[in-house]
Amino acid sequence: MQQASFIHETNRAADAVERRLQISRREFLQFCSGVAATLGLPAGAEAAIAQAVEAAKRPSVIWLHFQECTGCSESLLRAEHPTLEKLILDIISLDYHETLMVAAGHQAEKARKDAMAANKGKYVLVVEGAIPTKDKGIYCKVGGHTAVDLVKECAADAAAVIAIGSCASWGGMPATDPNPTGASSVGEVLGKPVVTIPGCPPSPYNFLATVVHFLTFGKLPATDKLGRPLFAYSRLIHENCERRAHFDAGRFAMEFGDEGHRKGYCLYKLGCKGPETYANCPTLGFGDVGEVSWPVGCGHPCFGCSEKGVGFAKPIHAMAKMLNVAPPLQYARIVEEQGKGATFASAAALAAIAGAAAGGAAMLTRNLGMSHKAEELEKTQDKAGKNKAEV
Amino acid sequence: MSAQHHAVPAPVGGPLLNRTTFIAGLLIALMAAIVLYRFIFGLASVTNLSDGYPWGLWIVVDVMIGSAFACGGFSVAMLVYIFNKGEYHPLVRPALLASLLGYTLAGASVIVDIGRWWNVWNMYWPWSANPNSVMFEVAVCITAYVAVMWIEFAPVFLEKLGLKDIKKKLNRFLFVIVALGTLLPMMHQSSLGTLWVVLGSQVHPLWQTPFVPVLFLLTAIIMGYAVVLFESCIASSAYRRSIEVSLLNPMAKIMLGVVAAYLAVRLGDVIFRGVIGRSFHLSLEGVMFWLEMACFVAPFLIIGTESQRRNPARLFVAGILLMLGGSLLRINGFLIAYDTGAGFTYFPALPEILVTMGMFATEVLIYVVITRRFPVLPREA
Amino acid sequence: MSSRRDFLKGALAATGAMVGAGATPVHARDTYSRPPEAMGLLYDATLCVGCKACMAACKEANNNPPEFNTVDKLWDTPLDTSGYTFNIIKMYRNGTMETKDAEVNGYAFMKTSCMHCADPSCVSACPVSAMIKNPVNGIVEYNPDKCIGCRYCVVACPFGIPKYQLDDPLGRIGKCELCRHRHKDGYYSACAEVCPTGATLFGRTEDLLAEAKRRLALKPGTVTKFPRGRLRPATERMLQGQADGKGEKHRHGWRDEPDQIYEGTVGKYVQHVYGEKEYGGTQVLKLSGVTFEKVGMPNLPPYSSAATSETIQHSLYGGMLMPIAVLGALTWVAKRNVKPDDDSGEQS
Repeated sequence: MQQASFIHETNRAADAVERRLQISRREFLQFCSGVAATLGLPAGAEAAIAQAVEAAKRPSVIWLHFQECTGCSESLLRAEHPTLEKLILDIISLDYHETLMVAAGHQAEKARKDAMAANKGKYVLVVEGAIPTKDKGIYCKVGGHTAVDLVKECAADAAAVIAIGSCASWGGMPATDPNPTGASSVGEVLGKPVVTIPGCPPSPYNFLATVVHFLTFGKLPATDKLGRPLFAYSRLIHENCERRAHFDAGRFAMEFGDEGHRKGYCLYKLGCKGPETYANCPTLGFGDVGEVSWPVGCGHPCFGCSEKGVGFAKPIHAMAKMLNVAPPLQYARIVEEQGKGATFASAAALAAIAGAAAGGAAMLTRNLGMSHKAEELEKTQDKAGKNKAEV
Repeated sequence: MSAQHHAVPAPVGGPLLNRTTFIAGLLIALMAAIVLYRFIFGLASVTNLSDGYPWGLWIVVDVMIGSAFACGGFSVAMLVYIFNKGEYHPLVRPALLASLLGYTLAGASVIVDIGRWWNVWNMYWPWSANPNSVMFEVAVCITAYVAVMWIEFAPVFLEKLGLKDIKKKLNRFLFVIVALGTLLPMMHQSSLGTLWVVLGSQVHPLWQTPFVPVLFLLTAIIMGYAVVLFESCIASSAYRRSIEVSLLNPMAKIMLGVVAAYLAVRLGDVIFRGVIGRSFHLSLEGVMFWLEMACFVAPFLIIGTESQRRNPARLFVAGILLMLGGSLLRINGFLIAYDTGAGFTYFPALPEILVTMGMFATEVLIYVVITRRFPVLPREA
Repeated sequence: MSSRRDFLKGALAATGAMVGAGATPVHARDTYSRPPEAMGLLYDATLCVGCKACMAACKEANNNPPEFNTVDKLWDTPLDTSGYTFNIIKMYRNGTMETKDAEVNGYAFMKTSCMHCADPSCVSACPVSAMIKNPVNGIVEYNPDKCIGCRYCVVACPFGIPKYQLDDPLGRIGKCELCRHRHKDGYYSACAEVCPTGATLFGRTEDLLAEAKRRLALKPGTVTKFPRGRLRPATERMLQGQADGKGEKHRHGWRDEPDQIYEGTVGKYVQHVYGEKEYGGTQVLKLSGVTFEKVGMPNLPPYSSAATSETIQHSLYGGMLMPIAVLGALTWVAKRNVKPDDDSGEQS
């Protein structure tokens, strides 16, 4: 009974979305499956997502831009499933986005304040770009307010704060040494941990899946110590890289254009930072043209754009440190027990031989002893007889 | 020395097929099948040899212990021809026969054991041989000794075949052969021990010593006499003959003298090098060390006195104990107290054991056949 | 009466022989040292990440088959060197295995392959000179055409390196020979060639030893330059890049390849270069963060067991002096005791 009503509900949700957004039920359900897959959710979750998307009352999203190149927004624009304008702008209510909104100037700022007031405690704050903190943060001002003030103001009543891109996550490119503006991450400025989606740019689906997770389950997905969702950032690039077999076999490209490079060999010796960068680039790829469309897939070493201390910090061709060295359990130990020991048959055979030999020897000893005793007895008797005779 | 009446050697006679030879024949057939299998399918197919134990039962028992048991000829010939104890003369031929068989079969065991046997001629080829190698010296010496022994034993065949002239010619040079037959075993038996010097600390300190050639030489001599005791008792029992206790008694006394010298060197070395403490650990090596020692000490309690030595049963047991002691020295040094450090274990496989038994069975069979048909044992008075 | 005299004479002859042995100047054969152009490897366990690229490269360079020791039999997983595995990376494990190169609650890697000793036990042991040490570059070479398969080299080696192919009726010994079969084409050891971190470095042992000592002198945690592939001595770097009109191979004889030097942090080393003096020295040197004995490298004295063994042999048999002397004595005694008319069966 429960199962039947569940399916009925899902169908009803799909129908509602179809009417509202003018996309086919199939496209919509495919979107939900895609999101569920990206999030690593079990089968059946797509139905929950479908319902949530339909039922959600288009939560308000405030998107702030600071020291950024807008690459993260651009990355989102290129999402295919769903296309940004068709689904996400209708699933969520993007109430403030400096690149995408039509309004400008005072009207834009007023729209933001109104949306924040109307959705107090319920809107999602997305921050793109780093926040300068030096000299009281004057190096980035929007509408006369510093980025520091703006982010604090908007985060105060937000239901969730998401830092998208490396700049917002940990400082990114603006924070490169010597960091003249004091560019900092959202978490550092707010003084509390936030969800981060690092990358330069990150795959749009990392962000989209996080948002839809929030819509569906009312909370953000599980994250690591740095606030990165585990479904996308728990593995090193090195662990999923399609060129990993070449690394393991010691086949490396030594120079761009050499034979190894043309054969698609591992780029570790060219400085690939895959072994110390957490991200899912090899799994997803970019641009929806398949898994191979990412830097390594195109023949350039990963430079660790999503990883603090690696991207924009280590030289591109500097050798990466291997983070995950944990060898498999069957790695040969210093001393391995080997060799062939006794079997029942061989032990039995040896025991039988030993037994037979011991038995035979014992018997012979006894016989020899007996005959010796007899001889000795004879001798003493002879002697006695002789003595008797001599007497 | 009172003149002993020595019987002329003569074939024992009697049927060749009896229970002993029949069983020996079976074992030999089994061995032949396994050896054929080994040559077709490789050593791993019939042995438990491994990367950690490249030498196993065949090398340590068939070759090293087998050849040490075969030192009866050497020990007795030394008594008779070097120390001029002519009264032991009747023991020479049987001891020589056992030696001959022991060494020839040790050589056969080597061919069965080495992996690239078709290259074995390289050992004798001056442009390949490595004179620094202990094994080279062992191999060349043993080969020469086997040849010497066949020549030394040739009079037996010549006698049977009635070739008196050749025999006379041979006798003129016998003293050279005899001298060689005393020198060569001293060389290779001691070097069989020197083999383990290059193993360094892989051999437990209770065994690893630069004095190992002396230990092996002395034990070879001891085992030679012990084997004579052993075989005399068995042959006499098997052929229903009386035992020459009057000969064996004084020989056993000489043997004890060598055992005393051996114990002095062995214990002295272990104490002087400061490792005797390790023998008191409750470990496999500690236990095996004292077991080995016990085998050499016990004979003093068993045949220490003159009257004890008159008892052939005691002589027999003492002989066995000394053969065991000498065997333990070799097994301990090369197998039990040998550790390549890599967690390997070894226990011989059933086919391996059967081949060893087959080798010994071959010796027994040929010994029986030759003693029954050729003039080896002294004719009973 | 006469027999007692003869007995004493015989005993005297034997004693004389033994004393003669003692009196012969026991010229202890000195332990050999590395030849001046010795080539080898430097393995730095703190740089090794256990990727096993060197194992794969070694198998390929030597045409060796994979060895399976797991249930699924998919990957080459040898447990130790063998007749078909000339190079293996083993792992030291302790406790929770949290920290790399920590002796307690840590893990570490150790490469196991032929050490190319200065005074190799296997070369001394081999009766047919199937194992020889190249007098110029010091590589311990194996010649299967002379080998008799006696496995004395297997028991003799203190590192347990030469291994025999027991499963093959035509088996041979297998061990690393520093890829000498590739040298004529300008390729050096495959393991060093592929190592991504430079943990295995190929070069002249003299230069490698200097590099090892340089690393030991650095403070852990500091940044320094690490070479990869082949260690080029300073003089070569001076000459490199100078055209010599001879094509690919330049003065040093190796194929040209890009310089792979990189910057990395210095690890915490045990202050000892393994192989500097052990058994007279080896051409493969090792650096480790964990005590060497715990990672399978035995504690060896500076004098080799080959020297000890050969000293004994030379003292006893040098120039065949003692054997001939003893033979002479024995022959003299035997001639007296073996009567010419002795029928070898009777004696009056």
